[in-house]
Amino acid sequence: MINVLGWTIRAPSALSRLILTLGISTALMVADHKGNHVERVRSTLTIALYPLQALASVPAALGIGVMEFFTGKRELREDNARLRTEEGLMLARLQQFETLEEENRRLRQMLGSATRVAERALAAELIEVSTEPYSRRILIAKGERDGAYITQPVIDAHGIMGQVTQTFDTQSRVTLITDPGHAVPVLVNRNGLRALVFGTGSPDTVKVPYLTATADIKEGDLLVSSGMGGTFPAGYPVASVIRISNDPNEAFLEITARPVAQLNHSKQVLLIWPGAKSVEPKAPESKGPERKGAERKTK
Amino acid sequence: MNLSSDGRARVSVYVSFLIALLLAVMPVPLWAEDFRPDWVGMVLIYWCMAAPERVNVGSGWVLGLILDVLYGSILGLHALGKSLVAFLTIKLHLKLRMFPRWQQAVAVCVLLLLNQLLVLWIRGMIGKAPGSFSYWTPSVVGMVVWPWLFVILRDVRRRFNVA
Repeated sequence: MINVLGWTIRAPSALSRLILTLGISTALMVADHKGNHVERVRSTLTIALYPLQALASVPAALGIGVMEFFTGKRELREDNARLRTEEGLMLARLQQFETLEEENRRLRQMLGSATRVAERALAAELIEVSTEPYSRRILIAKGERDGAYITQPVIDAHGIMGQVTQTFDTQSRVTLITDPGHAVPVLVNRNGLRALVFGTGSPDTVKVPYLTATADIKEGDLLVSSGMGGTFPAGYPVASVIRISNDPNEAFLEITARPVAQLNHSKQVLLIWPGAKSVEPKAPESKGPERKGAERKTK
Repeated sequence: MNLSSDGRARVSVYVSFLIALLLAVMPVPLWAEDFRPDWVGMVLIYWCMAAPERVNVGSGWVLGLILDVLYGSILGLHALGKSLVAFLTIKLHLKLRMFPRWQQAVAVCVLLLLNQLLVLWIRGMIGKAPGSFSYWTPSVVGMVVWPWLFVILRDVRRRFNVA
């Protein structure tokens, strides 16, 4: 028996409570899946639950702090020396790149091609990795305030990491290319064969379905983004093929690839604005509803 | 603290749920991720079994919704799973209390598997189903952990007179 405003009524049975919660949950899921009707609710709750999130990451942060404390002087010196040599190498290579880029630009101009070389980019710190099993998502410390938008590509120093799927005020959630709901249109770098790279939910492999046994693809092939679909700019490395198994009973090859980006190691990621020129760092024009048509929905 | 005995009982339940939520979202190394049991589900099962007057379907729903927000999954997914777990536990709580400890652990494993199955179905419907068997390990780990968790929560319940 419970007392509501002076009236005594029977407490609802467990079954009626279940029916009520089933109804609300289903309504919520439909609203969330078919469009962003509950984004407001979600962002409010996310902010309200931030203390919990922060508290949960304390042990890990402490662990890293302790590890760093014990990193000896010697190791630091070794690191330093190694990094210096690497920097030298990189600089040497960079010189080459600059000439190559210039040459490339000139050639493209000659071809009349509209492909953009320069892009605006913004480094963002990784705040948190989603712990939900089988979904591969990360939270980064740049949000709407910095111009991040949904479907924005995210890369690291090695290749494509994923795309922004939720934006908050100062944070955004990025779905990685290994998430089971994510796909990237790619080309085989060697011969231009078109394919799709799907996430599997496992942290370091992706799959390339829908290629038949006659397709010209080999182990070690690099897959680069093809720019189709409009979300990812063309030419960024995505994954390299590590295993191809040809089962005569199956219509398609079973191809496993490893993402080129260091999805599990990166601490810094880059948000890029495809098409925006790096020489004029203004607010991105590509933000807004005109991108909606080209977006690949990942939910 | 000068809380009434009822207030202290309530706080102890809330704190146990808070700790379960922290354990559920605490970052761990990648290899350990598959072996993280469903802490929230297990603590929910315990309280639904031991104190069904206090913790019921609604509590399960709220906890599930918090998990949805923390995980960033589609809103209502875990809320649905957790309210089902709470409902089944409440329906079976008298039997569950009578079971020997190992049998109870098996029953808990079945409840957690049902929760995972429901979540898997919904994920499948929206096209994000995980494809490997290690999806199910958390429930099995939960079965192994249950007897110890049971003892800890029983001590909490006796200490703070939660009924």
